[in-house]
Amino acid sequence: MPSNEEVFEKVKEALMDALGVDDDEVTPEATLVGDLGAESIDFLDIVFKLEKAFDITIPRDDLFPDDVLTSAEYVQEGRVTEVGLAKLKERMPFADLTKFEENPLVQDFGNLLTVQDLCNYVSTKVA
Amino acid sequence: MRWFLIDRFTEFVSGDYAVAVRSISLSEDAVDDYVPGFPTYPSSLIVEGMAQTGGILGTQVGDFEHRMVLAKIMKLQLHTEAIPGDLLTLRADLQAHTADGAVIRGTVHRGNFLLAEMELMFAILNDERFKNVKLFEPAGFCRMLRVLKLFDVGVNPDGSPIKIPDFMLEAERAELSAS
Repeated sequence: MPSNEEVFEKVKEALMDALGVDDDEVTPEATLVGDLGAESIDFLDIVFKLEKAFDITIPRDDLFPDDVLTSAEYVQEGRVTEVGLAKLKERMPFADLTKFEENPLVQDFGNLLTVQDLCNYVSTKVA
Repeated sequence: MRWFLIDRFTEFVSGDYAVAVRSISLSEDAVDDYVPGFPTYPSSLIVEGMAQTGGILGTQVGDFEHRMVLAKIMKLQLHTEAIPGDLLTLRADLQAHTADGAVIRGTVHRGNFLLAEMELMFAILNDERFKNVKLFEPAGFCRMLRVLKLFDVGVNPDGSPIKIPDFMLEAERAELSAS
């Protein structure tokens, strides 16, 4: 079972490789999209690298619950509803959704994930 | 493919690796015109040739039903140029394959000399938006794969030959009976 530091180091390496960012840019609070400049295609790269580094399988829906974000049941006029937010929390227990909850616009969801969220997710998968 | 950047497959093991050859000729515009007076084969076309080799390897795993496109050049090292008269051997090894894409490790040799090495990432376009989009016409794509000798050398891991998918054969038959 890798320690938190070990997980962070490997996640950092994967992000540096995939996004071409420096060591000091990859902080736990950094958002993948806003701070590290990740684009949608980079997420596929990151997933491949994490799967290889930790010998895990990462289903796309785990990190990007598109079925929730595009469902009329959970989204109204581009905003995630209360029910939708509860569903997201249930599906993504590794992510800190407090900031997103303040203004849950679907279009902002992409910028939600931080490096720490990714580390938390990986830790649950290797356990 | 509008351009054939590989000449034919010499080895092809489904889900594992593929080897293709490419002979560089002075009579190609891309070689003669690229740097006038200094004929070289553009390195970008070496990468694209590997994308074709690796892309076909990746998409064959799903019987050519998925839309697989080159998405990212993850790593690339070009050690030297290819020049007219070279016979390049391109080898693609499938490193990862999921429902969303694939990763290929590619090496390009001129004889025993390593000319280039790379890691390419492909994405499978399975979004709702692409539901009715065809990357290739099945009959034309089948002809291309036949020309590249894929079905002549292609084998499954157990050694059995790779079969042409039914939807391609049907498209070929339809095209032939329409003409």
